[in-house]
Amino acid sequence: MPTYSEKVMDHFANPRNVGEIEDADGVGSEGNPVCGDMMEFYIKVDDGRLTDVKYKTFGCGAAIACSSMVSEMAKGKTVEEAKKITNADVAAELEGLPKNKLHCSNLGADALHKAIEDYESKAREG
Amino acid sequence: MRDVYFDYGATTPLRPEVVEAMLPYLKEQFGNPLSLHRYGEVPREAVEEGREKVAQLIGARSNEIYFTASGSEANNMAVKGIALMNEKKGKHLVVSAVEHLSVINAAQTMEKLGFEVTRVPVDKHGVVDPADVEKALRDDTTLVSIMHANSEIGTIQPIGEIAQVVKERSKAYFHTDAVATAGKLPVDVKELGVDLLSLAGNQFYGPKGAGALYIKRGSRIMPLIDGGVQEAGRRAGTENVPAIVGLGVAAELAAADMEERRAHLVPLRDRLIERLTSEIDDIYLTGHPTQRLPGHVSVVVEYIEGEAMLLLLSMQGVAASSGSTCTSRALKASHVLTALGIEPGLANGSLLLTLGRDSSMEDVDYFMEVFPPIVDRLRQMSPLYKEA
Repeated sequence: MPTYSEKVMDHFANPRNVGEIEDADGVGSEGNPVCGDMMEFYIKVDDGRLTDVKYKTFGCGAAIACSSMVSEMAKGKTVEEAKKITNADVAAELEGLPKNKLHCSNLGADALHKAIEDYESKAREG
Repeated sequence: MRDVYFDYGATTPLRPEVVEAMLPYLKEQFGNPLSLHRYGEVPREAVEEGREKVAQLIGARSNEIYFTASGSEANNMAVKGIALMNEKKGKHLVVSAVEHLSVINAAQTMEKLGFEVTRVPVDKHGVVDPADVEKALRDDTTLVSIMHANSEIGTIQPIGEIAQVVKERSKAYFHTDAVATAGKLPVDVKELGVDLLSLAGNQFYGPKGAGALYIKRGSRIMPLIDGGVQEAGRRAGTENVPAIVGLGVAAELAAADMEERRAHLVPLRDRLIERLTSEIDDIYLTGHPTQRLPGHVSVVVEYIEGEAMLLLLSMQGVAASSGSTCTSRALKASHVLTALGIEPGLANGSLLLTLGRDSSMEDVDYFMEVFPPIVDRLRQMSPLYKEA
């Protein structure tokens, strides 16, 4: 097993905000089972704020920990603030990731941003 | 919680007799076997005794055994050594698609040096068809390397039949990587009909750093490690006396209780396979169902990923392994599972359990207590799993 920080192991063993949102305002998916990691993010937005963030993840310890951390970082933030969350922020909050697992943090941030894009495009149409 | 080691395929604990036998060579018998003075005597004898014991394990002569630091080194010595020595006769090598990376990558290196390599495909159980090997043979084939059994999926190959085809239809040397079988199943170089064979001590309760290559008398290789006169000039370097002694004792013990260990492992393996496939949905055994290593269970679990399974198992005291992309340091999907035609997403749900001497039915029961909830938990989290 790669050496994961305590924070990563905590988020892996006790992932926060796992689930789906049925009437989500935005849904974003990144990765695929062929590469070994896949995340689907669901967000609820009220008054420009992410009031709820949930996700489903297929992947390794780092993938699960990253999606948990992203959900925690994004919940309660404004849409603009959530857009600014980067993979580097995620890795830093997790107190570091093994080099070959850094791509998992990309996946988490990207999936969240896709969910936000989805929300914004729906909002434009609606 | 229970401490369960289900990763004997990675390495095995040393038997106490092996440790005992090695100790003097780690302490007072520190001499170099090549020394002419008295310090060399006992170590020199010990190395030759180890050589004789390894030879007996595989039905070979003592002077056909060459010690290496690992099975991987023995494989490299065979592939590169035969290829380079016979370059003028031909530059074509044949391997299977499921060989150990030390054979696959050694062959790839030879490709970069201007050799041609044919990789024989396998069926969905990972079995090599002798007819497919025959099709691959050419006038300029100098080496065929097909493993005796595969450590990732447990499948045992029909080496005797393949060797016959190679002998009858070509002038190539035939090498088998027997790292997964030597010391576990009967391996006789004459019965198998091979010219070269690799084995490794840490697979059968011997030390790490102790491998060997059998080279049939009359076959020549280009050494990988040039230098002094050790190993009849075929592999230079001061002998790792303690490791060789340990390897010899392990080989002797392995030969003595081989059938007993096999009879102990098969029921455990079969019970585990039966329970896994009946108590968990969407789980599939990889490798051949019956023509497989005695303690070997390999499955792919749909909708979830290997490393996550290993981490949760580890938290419950169970040590296991996986062939998923994330668990490979190179972040590459297992070439073996790929060769079986297993869809890459499913291959990432690989779980590999290898049982050994100290494994018990209590271990199997405990595993089946903790594993199904782990599968459920990860499936609940997975975007791929839709409950019926």
